[in-house]
Amino acid sequence: MNTTEAIAAGASPAADVARASDYIALLKPRVMSLVVFTAITGLLCARTPIDPWLGFAAILCITIGAGGSAALNMAYDSDIDAVMRRTKRRPVPAGRVQPSDARALGLTLSILSVGVMGLATNWLAAGLLAFTIAFYVLVYTLWLKRRTPQNIVIGGLAGALPPLVGWAAASGTAPLNAWLLVAIIFVWTPPHFWALSLYTCEDYAAAGVPMMPLVRGRASTRWQILAYCLVLAPLGLAPVITGLGGVLYAAVASLGGLGLIALVARLAASGPRDDVEPVAADGRTTLYKVGKGARRARDVFAFSLAYLFALFAALLIERLAGLAPLSPGLIPQVFP
Amino acid sequence: MSDPNQESEAAAKARRARNLLLAGALIGFVVLIFVITVIKIGHNGGLTP
Repeated sequence: MNTTEAIAAGASPAADVARASDYIALLKPRVMSLVVFTAITGLLCARTPIDPWLGFAAILCITIGAGGSAALNMAYDSDIDAVMRRTKRRPVPAGRVQPSDARALGLTLSILSVGVMGLATNWLAAGLLAFTIAFYVLVYTLWLKRRTPQNIVIGGLAGALPPLVGWAAASGTAPLNAWLLVAIIFVWTPPHFWALSLYTCEDYAAAGVPMMPLVRGRASTRWQILAYCLVLAPLGLAPVITGLGGVLYAAVASLGGLGLIALVARLAASGPRDDVEPVAADGRTTLYKVGKGARRARDVFAFSLAYLFALFAALLIERLAGLAPLSPGLIPQVFP
Repeated sequence: MSDPNQESEAAAKARRARNLLLAGALIGFVVLIFVITVIKIGHNGGLTP
């Protein structure tokens, strides 16, 4: 709809004008920030000297690739975004950006990010970046998201791959320690997003997205969150024995893992009437400001995010400070 | 009589901001390719025989 048509339809002249910030919003900057953070950690954990400018270019490519895939996701999902409170103000469902424009932006950024990554670093990193983008758009967005409650379990691989791309950009290899970082994010993804869906599932129901609480029920989802976290906590400690993490990382992974399991156990012990009051007293609902009944799920959602951030921050700090890993790796030939 | 197709002040301002963002992105892209090229040539020993 152009401006003249909008005015004719009774809309405010400025209501559907795309601003520069709308195109930034298409790239999902908040998601992008975690992708960048984990990619930088992977790049530095490779322990391979890389020209700082090429390292910057690699991280920029991962950032742009994440943004491009987010724009493609928003172009395709505009119909379901329009009926969910959390997403209905996004530029495409709000009518400020046409889906075709979002698609063009996403495709352009995706292709450029992969091409520049190949030129700046190596084609293994570029191939992994292309796979990550394709997996997020084709496998998660187009195929799994609307069809199965396992959508974020399988689709979570796309969000887990950035540290591997960063590692490959620096070293040209993809060793098991890099895949271990992928595994940590992969196992972390379902409990994190299921905790969110416990108190936002009404939105998902309206949009027809088969999130786990809608398909299997809240109680089953809570127990599955606990099961995943019981795997995640020891997995989070694994880098200590594979020669990746040091004392700081061991402390963060131990305390964080215990804290996460405690919160998830409290959530699993919730009664059947919990998580059904997502709206705060003032009638507003956000990711973090929720009613009393949804606080246990909100706490797991927030703490799991902090836990993942702390794990990667610990690795990053150890690498930047030159702190040695606790062990050289129990199986050095497997975890070089 | 005003032209119904005339761009409003808000629309013109938004268009200018979008153009500036696009110009910045294009300049950034050119600079990035230039820097990558210079570094890659440097790593390969330059253009001298």
